[in-house]
Amino acid sequence: MGKEKVISANELTKKFGDFTAVDKISFEVEKGEIFGFLGANGAGKTTAMRMLCGLSLPTSGLATVAGYDVYKQNELIKKSIGYMSQKFSLYEDLTVRENIRFYAGIYGLSDKQIKEKTALLAKQLSLEGEEKTLVKSLPLGWKQKLAFSIAIVHDPAIVFLDEPTGGVDPITRREFWSLIYEASERGITIFVTTHYMDEAEYCNRVSIMVDGRIDALDSPANLMKNFSANSMDEVFLQLARKAVRSE
Amino acid sequence: MKNMAAVVVDNIVKTYRIKKTVVQALNGISFSVDRGEIFGIIGPDGAGKTSLFRILTSLLLADSGAASVDGFDVVKDYKQIRNRVGYMPGKFSLYQDLSVQENLQFFATIFGTTIQENYNLIKDIYQQIEPFKDRKAGQLSGGMKQKLALSCALIHKPSVLFLDEPTTGVDAVSRKEFWEMLHRLKEQGITILVSTAYMDEASLCDRVALIQKGSILSVNTPEGVTEEFKKPLWAIRANEMFHLMNDIKDDPSIESCYPFGQYHHVVFKKDGNNKPILEKIVQKGNYTNVEIDSIKPNIEDCFMALMKE
Repeated sequence: MGKEKVISANELTKKFGDFTAVDKISFEVEKGEIFGFLGANGAGKTTAMRMLCGLSLPTSGLATVAGYDVYKQNELIKKSIGYMSQKFSLYEDLTVRENIRFYAGIYGLSDKQIKEKTALLAKQLSLEGEEKTLVKSLPLGWKQKLAFSIAIVHDPAIVFLDEPTGGVDPITRREFWSLIYEASERGITIFVTTHYMDEAEYCNRVSIMVDGRIDALDSPANLMKNFSANSMDEVFLQLARKAVRSE
Repeated sequence: MKNMAAVVVDNIVKTYRIKKTVVQALNGISFSVDRGEIFGIIGPDGAGKTSLFRILTSLLLADSGAASVDGFDVVKDYKQIRNRVGYMPGKFSLYQDLSVQENLQFFATIFGTTIQENYNLIKDIYQQIEPFKDRKAGQLSGGMKQKLALSCALIHKPSVLFLDEPTTGVDAVSRKEFWEMLHRLKEQGITILVSTAYMDEASLCDRVALIQKGSILSVNTPEGVTEEFKKPLWAIRANEMFHLMNDIKDDPSIESCYPFGQYHHVVFKKDGNNKPILEKIVQKGNYTNVEIDSIKPNIEDCFMALMKE
């Protein structure tokens, strides 16, 4: 018996007119896996991710996320996933507590659960006493860690992270990855894009998109072996240099 | 005597007041940049990089301190400064409604020159977007916008070029190409100040200033920065990386343990023969596929060590 599949995509395709943004990608992600989704700018990552989040209908192919069909059950998908990006995370003009309350409320947590979650998050992130602080006056690193914790406040099956650590200082970046590991140990599946190649090496498996296709998919160790490379950076450069299209 | 440095920054302080809160953006920083150097300002978001660039390009006034570019004072001689610097802000700031060519034409005209006069300087970069010269700037992809912005910042042949986070959000391949472009510009004699949050780009600069929370942690060559790291550094890996990190951190003799791709980098509180301590930890935890090596620090190791001082 194999492990539970949280994402499964089969020849998933998205065309915009005669431009094929995502070209028959097939892959599976297991429960609790940290899955790195890499590719150059314009390779099709964002389009693929939007389909998996239930935000964009595929042109053809099949995919299920958390057991739901991306064509017919996209509203159920949205309830089962968390999402965080560098650009969109929290409401700056709301306090820490208000942000937690807002997102937890949207995801349908009860008042009692929200109260418990607020106390838990404040403790986990050492934000006790800062519950009434406006998010905009928190340092960037805190914001990103809080945004991640809020993205999984409803214990989703899977969380999508779109370049979550851009511009963050190196110590906070590593603290952020500790949070990712903890969530993964709790069984939450992590789907993450990044431009930091050392972060690609923290993933259980990594896929690399080139011109809308997935050109490589394996553990970082196997990718490095197969490409005779010393780092994921080298693997990425070898593959991405083959790209014929740019953004 | 004429000051030979291209940029001199002397004890610059900048604070912002937002209602009752005071944000200290720059905490009395000083450094100088030699002519023809690629000088990197390396630090995370919120370190003060953009404030510094805006002060040096005369777009923002410092609270105190002095700065000069090409020997001109950034406050008193702002007109001369604006004529001789090129500035590419972090946020795309060209005219979205004008075409590629119109934007370039506009900047050339404003600075009293023509595209033809300095075409050799931008040829390398502009040729890549020339096929789209009639397209509106707002409709370009991120990479093409970046090339247009750089062309516009160069068209008046500036003596000093300020690039504020030109590679943020850019993939590893495009980042490499961008840096190759900067090295070709350097050969044309242009001094380049470039800011970045990517620590690995420090090694592509002649010298760097590491900056964090408005203060400079170190100014040196990339090699010089890593030589400042005095403690022995160990790299360790095993199949069970996350648990290994927790076990190492729990040991009282450990100063720090940070993940670096496939390895954890470990620093001990005291120098000496520390390898047996790591060996004991992996033995006790039954770790598999263990590798332990003594290694040289990179810029990120140094940055983190300096952050904690």
